Amino acid sequence: MSGYSHAAGSVVYKFGDLKTLLAKATPARSGDDLAGISAATAEERVAAQMALAALPLRAFLDEPVIPYESDQVTRLIFDEHDAEAFAPVSHLTVGDFRDWLLSDQATGEVLNALAPGLIPEMAAAVSKIMRLQDLVTVAAKIRVVTRFRNTVGLAGRLSTRLQPNHPTDDPKGIAASIIDGLLYGSGDAVIGINPVSDNLGTVETLLRMLDRLRDAYQIPTQSCVLAHVTTQVEAMRRGAPVDLVFQSIAGTEAANAAFGVNIAMLDEAHAQALELKRGTVGNNVMYFETGQGSALSANAHQGVDQQTLEARAYGLARHFRPMLVNTVVGFIGPEYLFDGKQILRAGLEDHFCGKLLGLPMGCDICYTNHAEADQDDMDALLTMLGAAGVNYIMGVPGADDIMLNYQSTSFHDALYLRSVFGLRPAPEFETWFERTRQELPRMAGLLLEA
Amino acid sequence: MRLRDFTTARVDLGRAGHSLPTSELLDFQLAHARARDAVQLALDVRSLVVELQQKNIAFVTLASAAPDRTAYLHRPDLGRRLNAESRERLAPLQGDYEAAFIIADGLSALAVHRHAEPLLELVLSNLDWRVAPVAIVEQGRVAIGDEIGELLGAKLSVVFVGERPGLSSPDSLGVYLTWQPRRGRTDAERNCISNIRAEGLSYAAATQKLLFLMNESRRLKLSGVRLKEDSRALPPTHSY
Repeated sequence: MSGYSHAAGSVVYKFGDLKTLLAKATPARSGDDLAGISAATAEERVAAQMALAALPLRAFLDEPVIPYESDQVTRLIFDEHDAEAFAPVSHLTVGDFRDWLLSDQATGEVLNALAPGLIPEMAAAVSKIMRLQDLVTVAAKIRVVTRFRNTVGLAGRLSTRLQPNHPTDDPKGIAASIIDGLLYGSGDAVIGINPVSDNLGTVETLLRMLDRLRDAYQIPTQSCVLAHVTTQVEAMRRGAPVDLVFQSIAGTEAANAAFGVNIAMLDEAHAQALELKRGTVGNNVMYFETGQGSALSANAHQGVDQQTLEARAYGLARHFRPMLVNTVVGFIGPEYLFDGKQILRAGLEDHFCGKLLGLPMGCDICYTNHAEADQDDMDALLTMLGAAGVNYIMGVPGADDIMLNYQSTSFHDALYLRSVFGLRPAPEFETWFERTRQELPRMAGLLLEA
Repeated sequence: MRLRDFTTARVDLGRAGHSLPTSELLDFQLAHARARDAVQLALDVRSLVVELQQKNIAFVTLASAAPDRTAYLHRPDLGRRLNAESRERLAPLQGDYEAAFIIADGLSALAVHRHAEPLLELVLSNLDWRVAPVAIVEQGRVAIGDEIGELLGAKLSVVFVGERPGLSSPDSLGVYLTWQPRRGRTDAERNCISNIRAEGLSYAAATQKLLFLMNESRRLKLSGVRLKEDSRALPPTHSY
């Protein structure tokens, strides 16, 4: 196997293979330390970044970080790579690619056309040598627009997933949180419940409740119950009203196996959801969540750094033309992203890589109580993602998810972002909200007292 | 009608401009401070020992390979295995046990301080099994029960562990059950009872669930995804 090296003064740093080079070049984070693959010193990290900057982008097409033969995510990435779309940047090194991305040549249109020509490892590589402002600058140029019952991702728009979770899946408790969110103009990306139970009966009950509520208020949005994909497939088979099909995914075949999914299962679910033809303005029907560290936590990282694996999850996601994709950036805990600084960088890397690869990226800006982070850290990431043009964020009552036991962004946080950046909800939803907002409290009373 | 009557979520907060009113902002900060304190709180082994002695329950005190809280948070692998001294301490206790109970601080010693002893007492008073001395583990994660159960020679391990504190629940206890515990077991091979606290699952309901799972696990000789909870046989489990 070919090796890579960089001389920093009198010391020559050697990197045995591409995945080692990528891991050593990754800005510090606890998950790569835990995996034992991170740079040993600060100098080694920068030496790796310099070696990476000198590497031709083509190198990633010659050396898969996880073998083609043993991993279906690798096969999908390579089989779907569009050489023609890649041509405009095929002569560049990773370092030149960064310069080019920042240049005026790389407009949003040009970047949209480039997306199928990039593989996730290229996006991950260039992000490792970009500062936060670079990640914001480039992502802000790219719009990825998706449609189901409304249009998410347009310029000047910020959507929210209304996340009304409840510790016992109580339908009225969930409805109360939904109504609270609607009053703040939340819920245009999706109204999506994480159920406590993956039980089919519970999932169907929640799906029907969401559908009735959406229908009663005539809300131009989509709903989702974030059960396992197999449960949602079964619910569809039984005639339940499924708008978006959700699944957590990761960047290796083995990590997806730990989630109990593979590409064929997702293909089947995708086809089944399309057949329902429930979208009114478009047919983007999939919803994926990801997060750095998920492969390592399933012991399925295969020596690849967590940020590169995260980008590979996006390579899988884009196969399904999803309505929504978001990284759940701080959920996994401090052993993967230790503190506010690491969460901030990871959130911006994920958003950048997703957008560059052509995904409608949102972000669950979040932290757990055992991470070294607080609301101030979330405000920083929230604001930078607003500047970067994030498609959507979460809307959780008071930022406190009482079921999943973590802190995300609140309805208020979305208002803050919309206010300081002059952003508005998805157009169809905005029209509905302006027409209905005065009526909402009265309708809420009728609904909850029923 | 107030939305707050229907959920414990932070609804009806009001607004100051587009932001939170001061009182709600500070309420949140207080809840976060309590959750942070719960994560950092050291397990009060001495008080647990006194409580078990008073109830005539045999026990052994152990510690994981994580030397302190910072290491514990950085290195989950260390919290999943015993330190050398603890392994030596277990060796003479090996026997033919039907179950081993393990109490570990996990991510909330507060949950263990409040709920471990009363729950354990209720479970043991309803159980006629050969039970190993109760293991009290500092800086322990769920999987440490695999090594302890294996070293003790227990058919089943039952781990009481402080769950990751939520903003509204700094003291939630979880119980994990593993048939034939041994190092390398995966989470898919366990059953979990979660959210045991005053505002969540009651001791009585948790005990009933646990006894059901323990009996079924022993009968079927397995645990995990293939061991299903027969929820119909249970009364409403959440007290709110």
